Amino acid sequence: MRYLKFLLIGILFGITLYKAEVVSWFRIQEMFRFQSFHMYGIIGSAVVIGAALIQLIRRTSLKDMYGHLISFSDKDMSFPRYILGGTIFGLGWALIGACPGPMFILVGGNASYFLIAIAGAVLGTFVYGVLRPKLPH
Amino acid sequence: MTLAFATQVQEFVSQTWPWYVAGPIIALTMFLLLYFGKEFGVSSNLRTMCSIGGAGKVSDFFKIDWKNQLWNMTFVVGGLIGGYIAANFMSGSEGNLAHISDATVADLQALGMDVKQGAIPMVPEFLNWNTASSWAILLSGGFLVGFGARYGGGCTSGHAISGLSNLQLPSLIAVIGFFIGGLAMTFLIFPLIF
Repeated sequence: MRYLKFLLIGILFGITLYKAEVVSWFRIQEMFRFQSFHMYGIIGSAVVIGAALIQLIRRTSLKDMYGHLISFSDKDMSFPRYILGGTIFGLGWALIGACPGPMFILVGGNASYFLIAIAGAVLGTFVYGVLRPKLPH
Repeated sequence: MTLAFATQVQEFVSQTWPWYVAGPIIALTMFLLLYFGKEFGVSSNLRTMCSIGGAGKVSDFFKIDWKNQLWNMTFVVGGLIGGYIAANFMSGSEGNLAHISDATVADLQALGMDVKQGAIPMVPEFLNWNTASSWAILLSGGFLVGFGARYGGGCTSGHAISGLSNLQLPSLIAVIGFFIGGLAMTFLIFPLIF
């Protein structure tokens, strides 16, 4: 039962990304070609509203449902890992037109062959874990 | 009267949801997860899947208590169910189409793709279960996404949404990386492979 709320939020998230065509390879192409405001509007409005909500959480010292103060830890500052990792991620995102969330949504949304992409992503994650000590971070 | 209203609701739901509906719902997703004591980040599940599969024997990076991540796995199962509901019960009479700009259609036609405005599917036909090229693209693209997400410390949800909302400079660097990679694939590599 305590997992049900996460299932329901996931369902809302999946329906929204599918119906807004965020899961579409063609929409990602349109984004990387700067030919529509659509994807920028989605990410931009999510960030603006998200930033306002986080400010609200901080200023009102909002507690989560367990009564713990909602806190945010800063990400460790570095340059190579974010720029290199981000670039590798972007190459894959444009190639298959899906980042991790949409991969799972598409498996449910009549494109089960995105299981192949998920298998590739799990393999990529595994190889990163193995090579991690040798990579610049 | 009620029937007309129901039809209007059905029409509204079946159209392409506009950005000003989708963006706020994504922000709400992030907020609800924070309220439930969690953080929004889908690619963490890929690490969890490695851990469940026993990758901790090979690398300490996967020695995590994956039971603490089951909420996130539940979230993506929800996403999968949401995709099923949207694709099968919420489409209009035209089916599931992507409504992209004329300029993008023209660019893809120039690459030699057989696409027609007004009949663009959600996923291009070159991605499927049946062709070797599809397997190669999905496997290699998935690999890059998985490797890059963990190396860069997050994906679109963790960096572009959660990180930028929290004004994290590392997330901005990662998002700039997303675009360097995406633009290189689109403008340098696509002309070679399509």
